[in-house]
This record gives sequence, structure tokens and C-alpha cells, in this order.
Amino acid sequence: MLITCPYCGPRDVIEFTYQGDGNRERPQPASQDLDAWNAYVYDRLNPAGDHNEIWQHSGGCRAHLRVVRNTITHEILSTAFARGGHKAEGRS
Amino acid sequence: MSPRRTETGGCIDRLRTIRFTFDGAPYTGHIGDTLASALLANGVTLFGRSFKYHRPRGLLAAGVEEPNALVTVLRGEVREPNIPATMVEIYDGLVAVSQNRTPSLTWDIGAINQLGGKILSAGFYYKTFMGPVFGPLKGTRFWMFCEHFIRRAAGLGKAGTAPDPARYERMNAFCDVLVVGSGPAGLMAAKAAADQGARVILADLEAHFGGSANWSGETIDGMPAVDWAQRMAAQLAGNDNVRLLPRTTVWGYYDGNTLAALERVTDHKEVAAKGEPRQRYWAIRAGTVVLATGSFERPLVFPDNDRPGVMLAHAAERYVNEYGVLPGQRVALFTNNDSAYRSAVALKEAGAAVVAIIDVRSDVTNEMRRLASDAEAELLAGHAVVATEGGKALTGLKVQRFDAMSGSLSGDERSIHADSLLMSGGWSPTIHLASQAGAKAEWDPARQAFLPPKPTQRWIGAGAFTGSFSTAEAIAEGRAAGLQAAGGTASSGPLPVVEAAPGDSDPAPVFEIRAKGKSFVDFQHDVTAEDVRLAHREGFVSVEHLKRYTTLGMATDQGKNSNVPGLAIMAEALGKPIPEVGTTRFRPPYTAVSIGSLAAERFGDLKPERLTPMHDWHIANGARMYSAGLWYRPMIYGLPGETVEQAYVREARATRDSAGIVDVSTLGKIAVQGPDAAEFLDRVYTNMFSTLAVGKARYGLMLREDGLAFDDGTTWRLGEQEFLMTTTTANAGKVMQHLEYFLDVIWPELKVTVTSVTDEWAGAAIGGPNARAILAACVTGTAVDNATLPFMGIVHGRIAGVPVMICRLSFSGEMAFEVYSGAGYGTRVWEALIEAGKPFGLVTYGLEALGTMRIEKGHVTGAEIDGRTTARDLHLDWMLSKKKPFIGSAMMDREGLIAPDRLELVGLIALDNRALNGGGHIVEELDEANPHDSLGHITACCYSPALGKYIALALVKGGKARHGTRAFVSDPLRNRFGPVEIVSSHFYDPDGSRMHG
Repeated sequence: MLITCPYCGPRDVIEFTYQGDGNRERPQPASQDLDAWNAYVYDRLNPAGDHNEIWQHSGGCRAHLRVVRNTITHEILSTAFARGGHKAEGRS
Repeated sequence: MSPRRTETGGCIDRLRTIRFTFDGAPYTGHIGDTLASALLANGVTLFGRSFKYHRPRGLLAAGVEEPNALVTVLRGEVREPNIPATMVEIYDGLVAVSQNRTPSLTWDIGAINQLGGKILSAGFYYKTFMGPVFGPLKGTRFWMFCEHFIRRAAGLGKAGTAPDPARYERMNAFCDVLVVGSGPAGLMAAKAAADQGARVILADLEAHFGGSANWSGETIDGMPAVDWAQRMAAQLAGNDNVRLLPRTTVWGYYDGNTLAALERVTDHKEVAAKGEPRQRYWAIRAGTVVLATGSFERPLVFPDNDRPGVMLAHAAERYVNEYGVLPGQRVALFTNNDSAYRSAVALKEAGAAVVAIIDVRSDVTNEMRRLASDAEAELLAGHAVVATEGGKALTGLKVQRFDAMSGSLSGDERSIHADSLLMSGGWSPTIHLASQAGAKAEWDPARQAFLPPKPTQRWIGAGAFTGSFSTAEAIAEGRAAGLQAAGGTASSGPLPVVEAAPGDSDPAPVFEIRAKGKSFVDFQHDVTAEDVRLAHREGFVSVEHLKRYTTLGMATDQGKNSNVPGLAIMAEALGKPIPEVGTTRFRPPYTAVSIGSLAAERFGDLKPERLTPMHDWHIANGARMYSAGLWYRPMIYGLPGETVEQAYVREARATRDSAGIVDVSTLGKIAVQGPDAAEFLDRVYTNMFSTLAVGKARYGLMLREDGLAFDDGTTWRLGEQEFLMTTTTANAGKVMQHLEYFLDVIWPELKVTVTSVTDEWAGAAIGGPNARAILAACVTGTAVDNATLPFMGIVHGRIAGVPVMICRLSFSGEMAFEVYSGAGYGTRVWEALIEAGKPFGLVTYGLEALGTMRIEKGHVTGAEIDGRTTARDLHLDWMLSKKKPFIGSAMMDREGLIAPDRLELVGLIALDNRALNGGGHIVEELDEANPHDSLGHITACCYSPALGKYIALALVKGGKARHGTRAFVSDPLRNRFGPVEIVSSHFYDPDGSRMHG
């Protein structure tokens, strides 16, 4: 499996670490909504097909990527920095 | 000349003799021989004993699919079992032995299993090893005792126990076009792609390129096919953009067009050249793959079709044409298709008498009749073989009239005298790699075979792989595939011209002749046609279940001969057409792969090691090292004659009496920097860091998102926006990843960077009543008194001229300091500290003493922060801030995590004054015969010099409430039982007066 890192280009999957389902939403830090926390910590989508995932390029630039991968064919449909839209807010 | 070696012909070098032994007997062969061909040339026909019934077995095939002739090759102490003799190239000094026989191949006591054939049917293991469900033996140990012998009776070769001294390596390769298989199709594809300028890799599992051209006896472009193939291979070898990989089995086809291959670099050599590995694992990334993997001839299923002397027709042709060996003098052929006729002619030309061609079809073309008469063979059309005769070698066979439509036999049996029976049950394309790549095979009724379907990855098929069995088709398809793979346009040049025997390989749909006797489907696993029907009668209808119940196709050959006949027989039993029964998907590896090649350099000398800056000093000063993950750390600095326990007790005692020093460079160190660094740490740690003053350190605890404890360590505030975080040695990588994840994915708005600086700093921890005096003697540029350097204070100064950072913190419970310097100066600072400590009797201590002192203090490490404990379980709840949320704060108070019966950290004192063991269980009542009701377990233990007792830390149910009570340690594995007292985990100096000074 090859994952195209926006910094480093196409790289072998052994350079990457899977960091879980990218659909999870972390509740606000002070939230006491246990159901929401429970869903965030334990619930994972497990689709047979396209899946939104977080991967870290741990053997490279160490950036986290949002990867859309087909879990049946291992085809990578898209990759982008996980920081994505936050970049403008955080680093302007 | 050997009895069966022909005078001329073949690709062997008759002038060069090679000596080897098989089962201790010396034999000779020639360069170019396999073990199979050389033994056959010497008249050996008995090669092995079958898996279950110990029936005598000879060669069935000539290539990788050989199921019977499995041997063990010995090299010194190392034995490699289960290699087909057909894949062993002989070399001087080769030592090979047969398998699964006692005491010898000829006289095998296990052959008695043949008498028990009815009992050893399909599902034998399932039925037997469940044991009797009623009666006196039900659930008894007697049955387990029997199982040992039953299991031993069946089997293959034995693995060795000696360590394998061979070296293996891994290579990554990239190419535009990978061609798998070097028959005419593969050679044409490689040539066409190379001519387009593509980077080409051509791999073949055989020693010589050419595939069927090496033995087909055909003519290509006016020359013998074998010469044509050699010329093609030589041309390819001259191209810079072509890499040729002979003896290389492409065994796995993975996503992204990544393929795995095993190159047997020196297995065929007496001595490896300098630097050569035994085998090389290739990970090949190919733009496009050309699959030119050919096809396998199928056996026919009829009674006693496994007798030595019964062989696949093409295999015989190959022994004759490639190795110059006649499989027999009086040969009969049994076929359901035209291809065997060519084999008959080849054997006739090589000097054998072809006594009969038995064809299940009553309708045989005139062309085939002509070939039969060329071979001077009697043609028995509309006949079938119903029995074979002989003991350990074939002496004859019986035939009867056969109706291919109904499968019925009629008329009288007729005996034919022959020492070799060659069979052809049609051809199955070798679709394994395409199947691995995700393609689902499709049944072709004309070919009577599963053909590769449309590709799901970037591969193109060519030749027999696609069901195009003639060489002319293979050449045309190969060139087209090579061109297409290289992105080229159609070539206008003429194709090589092939002269070949006529014939249509499409077989009559006959797989089995049903007559009395054992008819083998899977030769290697001893699965008969009757076993398949038995499985059906017992209710197995899915092909997957059939496979598992009968073990059809599950031997080391993975059913290369048997899959299709097995399916056909199952389909007939079910009354369904074959495509409705379906086939199983092939999975990697295509052939057996050595574990050594997969491990390659990640083993032995080339495994990475992490060494601290003071490593050489430790070695030079008598440290016994200990591997902790990739790190090497001193365990003890033993004196001559000292045991480990004596050494660590001495080191710990000396530290508490005066001073000791330990290398702590392995601690994880992470620089946390940026305007939001303090805010980030507040979120990451359970306690506050934004309130920490510059120049001070604080002990911190991290939880996971689920509220369980994750890691602990001290973090030092070096500046308003700069922190140095330390982690446990084992968790350094995990903590780093944890921090990066939150900064990158969850809180990208925080202006913080984290950098791993573990390897930038050397660390030495010096502790004990005299530690401060030692520092005062060698540190310049700063005072180290209590006012300048209070508990958790940080100062900067110099030791031996080297800038150092000193933090006063304690893991040992003594007045202690951690001294950090640049890694390159670590040894210089370390030596200066040792020198300054000499007047004080400073000792160096290792991990054992470090562990002892931390147990005495009740400090936790990874043994207690084991992924199941909470902060409360470890009595660290005082660190859980109520003023802010932090990672894990929302989840840590869940019902199950605050239950009163959770395992809590306690101390244990052995009341029988004997050593305790990590992992031992704690129980209320001792019951050595039937240990039960564990209250918890020991996490760490030592002899405590401070207490003069054997102590331990343990996680015990409702631990705190049990302080002062008695329990027992129950450790049946190590037979350690005895009374303990449960106490607080703070054994020593609980109010901390020693470290606060």
C-alpha cells in the first residue's frame, strides 16, 4: 500500500502508523456528556468500502494525514493534512 | 552411464559429475540435474512415504508442484524439511534424506496404516481427538497420551532444532514491468517491454529461463526451443534496463502492485561466495505485472494412481528432454486430452517402448492417431485404467472399456505390462497470483479449467496462464502483454515461428474413474475421492468446508495438483455444475517461504541497538548489561564472585549509606516549546503546569482518553515558553506520538512544537546522603546548597568545563540530583562525578538497585502503570486536578474505574523470608493443589537492604483496606507458596525526610 504524504510524496505503508477512525469527534474538553465521550473513545465505524482514517507519517515527516481508503481494495482515494482547515485559525 | 540416463539430449552437462547422498547412499548426477532427475537416472523410483497411510510414493511431477517426493536437506546441523526433490539442484556434497518413514523408506513400519484405511478417513483428526464422548475413556488423560502417538504416525519432515547460521537479506526493487515466469510468453513479454525502454524484472522459480521451451521439443524460429529461449535470455541479460532473477519464486501479490519474491541465492551451491546470503526476500513494486506463470497438468483419479511409476505425462517428457532421463522402459499413457500424445512421441524418440495410449475419449482425431502410430503405441480409445499393479514400483495396469459420457465401465479387464504410467487429466492455469490480487477465477467449460478473470490490479496475463496452451499463442500473447505493459504500440515485426506437434489440450470432462481401490485426489495429504464423497455424505456442502474437513489442498503444495479434481468430484456428489460449487481463493505464499528471509536483517547482528553515551564506560567497568526494548542498560556492576542479588543489595545499601550514581540517559525527553506550551501541558497532564515557576520541575501524570493511567515523569520549566518533559524509557515513543496526535489532529490551534530530544542529552542521577557534597566538589558556576537548589529546583553550571543542567529530584528516595549534559560530553561529566565521589565511596549502580530503591519507596513504573490501572488504583489521585479538564478527566470517574474492589497498589513483605516472584498471585487461603480466587498479583519484587526483608509491590483487590493483614502468595508455576503481610507501598522513609534533606 502506498500513501501519498503531502510533504514527502508516495511512501510505503510501513512508514505510517494507523491512528484510527477519522470520523470520531472529540467532545469539548470540559464536556461531561459521557455518551459523547463514550462514542468518541470506543465507537469506530468499520465500513467495507471507503473509510475516513487518520494516519501518521511516523517514519517520515510525522504529520498526521486524513486518508480516505477503501478497506476492501486498499485503494487510497485522497490524502490531506489532518490539521486541514484548522491551519488558518492556528497558524495565521 | 546410469540405467535410465539417455545417451544424448537434455540440458545437463554429462562431462561433469556431481556426488551426493540420499538416505546415506552415495549417488552421482550431472550439472543441470535436480535431486529428482539424478535419483531417477540412478533407477530410484521410491522417494517417500505418504502422509497418512505411509504408502510408497514416487515422482508425480518434475517441478514445483511435486506432492510426493519431499525430502529433507541437511547442511551441517541445520535441516530443512519438506522440499520437493524436483526443486533441489544437486551440488557436490549434497545430503538429502527421505521423510515420514521408520526405520527406512523401503521398510516402513507405518505402512500398517494402510490396513486401517477405513478408520483413517476424512475427518479422522476431528473425530478422534474429540475423544470418546461416552464410556470409560471419556475425558481421560489416557486419550491425550494416545494422541501423541497418533499425531507422530502422520506427518512430513521434521524441523531441526539447531540455530540457522545462514544470512538472509531483504531487497526493495522498483520496475515498470515485472514479468513472472520465463516460458515463451514471459520471455517475449520481457523482450517487448525492454525494447520499449521500460525497466523490466524477469523472475522465474526455476534455475534456467525458458519454462516449457526447455523440454517441449518444439522448434522456434528454426532452432530448438531450448536454444531459442537461451538466446532470448542472453539478449535480455545484455540490457541495462532488465534485471533477471532466476531461482526466484514470486509468492505474494499484494495491493498497490507490490509483490513478494524469494530468491534462492546459494541453496544450489556447495559453498556460498563471500557476502552472498542464503536467500533474498524481494519486495517488488511494479508498474504493471505480466503474469506468464503457465499451467499445471492435472492427474487423473483412478484406483492406486499413486503407485511409484505413475507420473504426469508432461513430467516424463520433461525428464526425458530436459534431464536426459527415461522414467521407464515400457511406458503406457492414460489421458483425457491430446497433449499426452506428444509426450508419447517424445518418450519413443528417447528410446522407451510406448506400449499403449489409453484415452477416455472414444473419439480421437486422425492427427492423434498418427502421433500414436509414430510412437508405435497401441491406441485404446474409449478405455480407462481401473487398476495399477506392483508393490513399491509399477509392474502393470488394468484397463476396461469406458464411456466418457456416463463414466461407466464395461467389458473385461485387460492387463498391460508397463513400468511407467503417464497420465494427463488436462491443464489448470497457474492463476494463484491473480487470485491473490483479488480476482475471482472463472470456470471455462471448454478448457475444463478455472481461468483468470478481469484484473483488479495492474496486471496482464499471457500464455498458458490465460488458458492459451500452445506455444504460438503464448508467444503472441507474451509480446502483446509486454508491449501493453510498457505502454508501447503494436509492433509490426513478425512473430517467431513455432513448429509444434498438433493437438488440442481441451480435455474431455473426465476427472475420475470410479472403480474399486483407493483413488487419490490430494497425494500429499492422502485425500481420496471416497473421502470427498464421505465429506459430502456427512453434510459438508461448501467448498470451504470440504477443504477443511478433508484437508484437501491444505498440504505444503496447497493443492496445486488436486484442487480442480477435488472440486469436480465434490460437484458430482452435489449434483451441481463445477462453477456453482466455486473454488477457494488462493492466498500467499505460493510456495513455502523461509521465516529467515522474512526476518532478514531485522535479526541478529543487524537488529538496531540503542546505547547510552556512557555505554563503553559501563562495559569497561564491569557492568552486566540488560536489554530493555532496544536499549542496553547496566543491570549490576558485579564484583568478582558476587551473585546478582549480592551485587544489587550492595549497590543499593551503599547508595543509602553514602551515595550512588546511575545512568538515566534512556529516559524519554521531549522539548515542549511555544506560547501555548504551558496550556498544552495543563491539558495533557492531570496536574497543573501553567503554575510551575521557571527553573522548577514537577512530577506529572498522564492518562489515556479512557481515563486509565498512561505515563509519568518530571517536566522541567526551562523558560516561560519552554519545557523539558521526561517520560519513562519504555513509553518515550508512545508519549511523543500521543502529544503529536493532539497537537496535529485535536488542538491544531495551540502554538506548540514538540521535539524528541532523548538522544541529545546524557543523564546521570546521583543520590544519597553525600550526593550534594559530591556535586559541590565538582560543579562550578552555581551553588548547589538548599537555598539555590531546593527540592525540584533547577540550576545551570559546569562540570569538568562542560555545561550541565541539574535538577534536584529523587527516584531513589534519597537526596538526589539528575545531571544532564550534551550527549557528546556524557562520559566526561560521568567520569568527573565518579572522580568527585571517590572520597565519599560513591558507587555506580544498575537497574536492579534502581528497582530495589524504587520498590522500597513505592514508586510506580510500567509494571504498575500497565494499561489497566487508574490514578486512584496507584494512590496518585492527589495529582488529579479539579480546576481544569485534562485528557482522560471525563472518563476516569466511570463506575467501573472507581469500584471499591479494584486492584490497588500495596506493599508485601514475605513472612517466610524467601524471595517473591513477579506475577505470583495473592490469595486469602492457601490451596496448593487447586489454586483459586486470586486477589491480585505481584508487579515487582526484591530483597530490601533497607528493611532486611524480601518485599514486593502488588496490585491487590481493595488493597488499602487490607493494610496490616495477612495473605498468601500462590505461584504454582514456580512452586512458591507462603505467607505475606500486606502493607503500605511506602516501605521506606514514608514522610520523605531523606530526600528533602
